[in-house]
Amino acid sequence: MATFSTAERKRRPHGDRKSSEMTLHLKQTFEAAILTQLYPRSQIDIYVQILQADGGNYSSCVNAATLAVVDAGIPLRDYVCACSAGFVEDTPLVDLSHVEESSGGTQLSLALLPKAEHLALVEMDARLHQDHLEGLMDAATRACKDLHAVLDRVVREHLQEVSTQLGE
Amino acid sequence: MAADMRLAAARKRAPGSLVSQDESKHLVAPGDVITTDTGFMRGHGTYTEDEKLMASVAGEVERVNKLICVRPLKTRFNGEVGDVVVGRITEVQQKRWKVETNSRLDSVLLLSSVNLPGGELRRRSSEDELAMRDYLQEGDLISAEVQSVFADGALSLHTRSLKYGKLGQGVLVQVSPSLVKRRKTHFHNLLCGASIILGNNGYVWIYPTPAQQDEEAGGFFTSTEPVPLCDREVISRLQNCILALSAHKVLLYDTSVLYCFESSLAHQIKDTLKPEVMEEIVMETRQRLVEQEG
Repeated sequence: MATFSTAERKRRPHGDRKSSEMTLHLKQTFEAAILTQLYPRSQIDIYVQILQADGGNYSSCVNAATLAVVDAGIPLRDYVCACSAGFVEDTPLVDLSHVEESSGGTQLSLALLPKAEHLALVEMDARLHQDHLEGLMDAATRACKDLHAVLDRVVREHLQEVSTQLGE
Repeated sequence: MAADMRLAAARKRAPGSLVSQDESKHLVAPGDVITTDTGFMRGHGTYTEDEKLMASVAGEVERVNKLICVRPLKTRFNGEVGDVVVGRITEVQQKRWKVETNSRLDSVLLLSSVNLPGGELRRRSSEDELAMRDYLQEGDLISAEVQSVFADGALSLHTRSLKYGKLGQGVLVQVSPSLVKRRKTHFHNLLCGASIILGNNGYVWIYPTPAQQDEEAGGFFTSTEPVPLCDREVISRLQNCILALSAHKVLLYDTSVLYCFESSLAHQIKDTLKPEVMEEIVMETRQRLVEQEG
């Protein structure tokens, strides 16, 4: 996270507990999606820098890294789309902002492979009644699918443009 | 002295192509189902799940009889036997050199795959092993050909021909490997006064045409005579042309580079780095290439 990304300037951007936790989550998510058996004895490095942190840090990192991996030509099982969801005063909301996250309610982060609806990572803070869990996960899944449509459209437009240019 | 400053902005989309759009290209993204027919063999860029053939990269589907593979737009160099590459030595090991060629793994140049000085043909001894560093050190550039591919995908190179070997004075331009067209020969002496090696791995080497074409120990010694200014200008202009062609995703081969060079003669060398001048030069080049084909 860049030092200027949060409301108050971050003193130590690397090595603190939240960054290490996010690093580990990102690693687990992409190990599930990238076909690593095609890269023996190799290492794939993904570097993400957050320029403006206003909620949904993990989700935006995952979405950005997915686009980067697709652009690099590294084989993936499917796009990885992530979104956060939570309960604010009994209403399920998706894509929480920083203010909504710090209001103390439940916060669920979901990383999904949209086509087969495989969950790459599910992470939740605070307590949530069991009855609400399914509704919240459905809301997050739907948001991830919408995100997938946006990412897919951008990738296909770029593909079309470049293949037309190359084909000439 | 006034300096020309530019601020970075998003590139405008190309207004439209000169040639009509080809709708028959099958473009896929990761996770797309290519086919559910089990009769096909799966190639690179695909994987099977539940009897369905799915794409794992974003690119164009290529079908050769029963083989389906997806070729991604931008990828590391996947070498095949016979490709000409330009690489940089990264390590000197016991009986081989490790060469970086923009592929997934470092390529290998075995001691037995290089020509000895004087063109002798003998078994390599331990003195040759100790003299390895005198020939090629870390950081040297070489041109070589792919001899074979190891099981994990690493390439084995050889320089057993007089045209390959250590590269001397010149300029290296790095472009994407998918932009270099596969041709019969990759070594060109361009009419404009410089020579060029279009490596299949995307590394393009531009150098002044050597005065005498016959060298006894090919590529073993590199001349350090100063290069005249006119040659240097030609080389800089060629470098900018190649950068312009790669920015606009035009396939690189000797004709396209030559046409681009000729189109750029109307501008000053340093102007050819500006985006609008690049676009103009590439448009002219494209037109000439289409006229030449038609």
